[in-house]
Amino acid sequence: MSTRAATSIAIALLIAMAVASVLILAYGQSPAHVYAVMLGHTWGDVYGLGQVLFKSTPLIFTGLAVALAFQAGLFNIGAEGQLMVGAFFMALVGAHCTGLPAPIAVSLCLIAGALAGALLGALPGWLRARFGSHEVINTIMLNFIAQALVLWAGRRFFFVEQTVHTPPIADSARLPSLGLAGSAASVGFVVALIAVVAVHGLVQRTRLGFELRALGQNAAAAAAGGIAIDRAIVIAMALSGALAGLVGAGTVLGYKGYYEEGIASGSGFMGIAVALLARNRPLWMVPAALLFGTLAHGGLAVNALVPKEIVEVIQAIVILAIAASSSDLQRLAAQGRR
Amino acid sequence: MELVLPALSISGVSKRYGDQLANDDVSLDVASGTVHAVVGENGAGKSTLLQIIYGTVRADTGRMQVLARPVDLTQHHPTAAIACGLGMVHQHFMLVPTLRVVENVVLGREPRQRGRLDLATAARDIAALGERFGLRIDPWRRIEQLTVGEQQRVELVKVLWRGADTLLLDEPTAVLAPTEVDDLFGVLRTLVAAGKCVLLVSHKLDEVNAIADAITVMRHGRVVARMAAGASAAEIASAMVGADVAAQVIAAPTAGRPGTAPRSGVAVLAVRDLVVPRSDGNRGVDHVSFELRPGEVLGVAGVQGNGQSELALALTGLLPVTAGQVRLADVDVTTATPADRRGRGLGHIPEDRLLRGLVLGFDLGENALLGRQHEFTRHGLLARERIAEYAARLIAQSDVRPPDPTLRGSSLSGGNQQKLVVGRELSRPGLRVLICAEPTRGVDVAAAAAIHQRIRAAVDSGVAALIISSDLAELRRLCDRVAVMYRGRFADVLDVAQASDRTLGALMTGVAA
Amino acid sequence: MELLGLAFALQVLRISVPYVLAALGGTLSERSGVINLALEGMLLGGAFAATVGSYLGGAAAGALAGALGGLLIAAIYGWVVLRFGADQIVSGVAINLLALGATRYLLKLIFNSASSSPSVPGFDSAGWAGLFMGLTALVVVAIHGWLMQTPGGLRLRAVGDQPAAAFSLGVDVLATRWRAVLASGALAGLGGAWLALDNHGFVDRMSGGRGYIAIAAMIFGRWQPLLATAACLLFGLADALQLNLQTSTSVVPREWVQILPYALTMVALVGIAGRSRPPAALGTPFRDH
Repeated sequence: MSTRAATSIAIALLIAMAVASVLILAYGQSPAHVYAVMLGHTWGDVYGLGQVLFKSTPLIFTGLAVALAFQAGLFNIGAEGQLMVGAFFMALVGAHCTGLPAPIAVSLCLIAGALAGALLGALPGWLRARFGSHEVINTIMLNFIAQALVLWAGRRFFFVEQTVHTPPIADSARLPSLGLAGSAASVGFVVALIAVVAVHGLVQRTRLGFELRALGQNAAAAAAGGIAIDRAIVIAMALSGALAGLVGAGTVLGYKGYYEEGIASGSGFMGIAVALLARNRPLWMVPAALLFGTLAHGGLAVNALVPKEIVEVIQAIVILAIAASSSDLQRLAAQGRR
Repeated sequence: MELVLPALSISGVSKRYGDQLANDDVSLDVASGTVHAVVGENGAGKSTLLQIIYGTVRADTGRMQVLARPVDLTQHHPTAAIACGLGMVHQHFMLVPTLRVVENVVLGREPRQRGRLDLATAARDIAALGERFGLRIDPWRRIEQLTVGEQQRVELVKVLWRGADTLLLDEPTAVLAPTEVDDLFGVLRTLVAAGKCVLLVSHKLDEVNAIADAITVMRHGRVVARMAAGASAAEIASAMVGADVAAQVIAAPTAGRPGTAPRSGVAVLAVRDLVVPRSDGNRGVDHVSFELRPGEVLGVAGVQGNGQSELALALTGLLPVTAGQVRLADVDVTTATPADRRGRGLGHIPEDRLLRGLVLGFDLGENALLGRQHEFTRHGLLARERIAEYAARLIAQSDVRPPDPTLRGSSLSGGNQQKLVVGRELSRPGLRVLICAEPTRGVDVAAAAAIHQRIRAAVDSGVAALIISSDLAELRRLCDRVAVMYRGRFADVLDVAQASDRTLGALMTGVAA
Repeated sequence: MELLGLAFALQVLRISVPYVLAALGGTLSERSGVINLALEGMLLGGAFAATVGSYLGGAAAGALAGALGGLLIAAIYGWVVLRFGADQIVSGVAINLLALGATRYLLKLIFNSASSSPSVPGFDSAGWAGLFMGLTALVVVAIHGWLMQTPGGLRLRAVGDQPAAAFSLGVDVLATRWRAVLASGALAGLGGAWLALDNHGFVDRMSGGRGYIAIAAMIFGRWQPLLATAACLLFGLADALQLNLQTSTSVVPREWVQILPYALTMVALVGIAGRSRPPAALGTPFRDH
């Protein structure tokens, strides 16, 4: 990563911290104290670390989802809905996996989640390819729609009586915990790491990755070069949705053992911040997700002192700061050429 | 002897873009009542100079005097330029396509009546100006409905309506047919007779000689020669290009082509009654038919906007066709995808390399791969070593400078970018037909010569070529026959020997053949 | 539920007000070339600001505060995309997230609540609401007239289609866009004020996607103020329908009815596809050297 890019990220984080400090002060607390408590409860003990890993897992998936779409020039703001349907179907399939050996059960669940997310992602992709209907609005609309329909399906058919969660999945479908002082961290985190490597390989080493990148940077040149634009758009959005659909690996398979209304809520939007922080590079998704995972758990830990909603504000500030600085970079670079 | 102030005087103008010096200590004077031409090849810095004078670009250093008024060119702005009586007609017209002529003319200086736009008065003024200077135009039409020549007239009226005394014209003849060029020069002479002065930038020497009273030659950002009217084209050319390069280029064979008789055999590209719509609903291509045999070169001349772009895009599969047929090596490809056609031997050098030819953010190696990635794919994975080898070879063969595959496409000059695109397309295995649009637009003379040679080499080895170009000399140099496109149809198809400027010009502007 | 009754028609008009104000703001901004997805955040921020204003000074103060709140958010958005040239889609979504987080934080800070504010003065009688609606209608007509018939409107339209042309004639492109973005914030903020005053208080996430739907209405209305307003009435109709259906019918599940406005938005976008051309320079930052 160039020093320019690194500096811009550092500046973005500093601005975010400055704003956070102001918000903390407004609540009558000392920023230094709050940060210290946050750090202590996250990287300061094993349980906290485990929780950070747990919270970071969905962010790796959604960050990858958003980044992959960005690489193809598409805006997937629908990761929120895609992760919901993915986790939902993962839990449903998992509940029917009794008697199956673990590797098969887990694989089926992961495939179910990815497939559900892929379908929900492919729809706006198809609308864009076929009708030119922009995917930003459509993915956002589908977030609302998916949330409502999953809730309906659950209440009507699948939720356990008097609850907002599905029946427990079979034991063989569960992903083992990482054993970090009873935290929620599980092998789901490892699945996320595998996804990072896979996406990196896809983007850099495969023909599909090359074509998606060409599409994202210059669709007209890609078309002139013989790349099937419509197909590429749908594939990109489907893959993006599939990645978001895998969020359930950490939350459902690795922790709760069922789908619950509100699970991993907000991860879809936070994924945008993660993807931007990582400059859309798959390998950088891990540290970026860990940062936001730290903020997410740290925010809970200090909720008695300051509202945890500060974390949401921070995340938005980071997005704005990076968006502002990465365009400045482009401008400076552009001045070096006609 | 009376000392007459020049109408416009600039000195010490410098402008750097990154590590390139676009303008290097440029000075010149323009006397009122004259036409002053600044000539130089593509990339010499002429456009930049004009934009600095007008204030759309700020110089690093430089001063200007407009009559007696001094102007600091490092702080300049179009508003100040307009106030000094400067008016500019840019190379890419500064017109809002969805608005009407009168709205474009008054923009920024709108006449008002009780807070609302008063367009009626402006329309009358426009008509009066049109009468006075020979620039007739309907004030109520939308720009997108006008031809290129008409749009240029709007640009001139716009400038005159603001009371400009000094007109700056950037490559005004680039988009005009030969007869339209004559009309334009007539207008310029009228303006100059009325006491105005004109600073004109061009790379077309014969035209410049017809109109200019004084000539400044620029090369690599510097003024290298100043000449008076009547200098020979050869003198100007060699000053433009530099003696050593000129010698190289002149040495390469340019005139005539051996074996211009069409080769016999099966047509490798057959187009019948092709109809392609345009975005505004008009017919872009209106029943065009032609055939190409291996080794044949057909040129397409025409004023921009008469369907040439649509023809190229339809043949390559990037625009849908509403009627007619395209056959490639006797296979019907009318509805085939671009990838399909490429697979059957169709190559495409696009009209706009920045739009369709290159991905600026990709490095040269990846750009070399664009459109050919399937040749280097195994089981979905890209074969990195083979690609690196291929890219290095392509860059060397095409003489792309600097020859560094890790550089971004955006860091190359126009000529080198085009050399890369041409090299990539011409080295495709199984190439049979080349669709080529404006192959040397915005390209320096040396690169243009290299590109012409590569095209000729391909043609000599049996590739058929369709070359669309607004450069009539280029068409004469490369083609066996030349078609003229007017309002979507081939007005006529001539042997290159008959394709004089006058004949082509008449066809390009719709005068019956 | 009487579909054809006057009461229903009035309800549709009431519901449409925030859509219309947001869509008008969006139209101004986008006609000047700046994509404006931040309308959702401006609505939400305006609603919160109006709640605080009304809490302190009554409904009129609330309306004014709402406009100012939207203006403030628009200023942040404008600063990021106009001063720095940040990607407008990403920044718009980020502004919406910022508004979401900030309103929740402020809810706790000011009102000590996690989900809603206490009751505040709002539209106590049909009179005030009617006045607001009448003003909205006036604004629609005024903006249409301004855009199409004044020099300012001509410049704004030119800046959105071909900023280089406008710049070459001395029009200040950046200033024009700034004014358009700020105006969009004030208008959307007023829309948010309506929401808060109508509800007599602020509820977490109360904008509910209206900002995005307003954008769809603007696209459906081909970026023209009058057509966009008509489209907003259509979406308002859908919204009113789903509200009424939720309480009256037990055959169609509540959740399916709730998605009506969102689904309609998607259908509308497909329907208008290819026939609605955005301003040519939309989304492209303008740099004068």
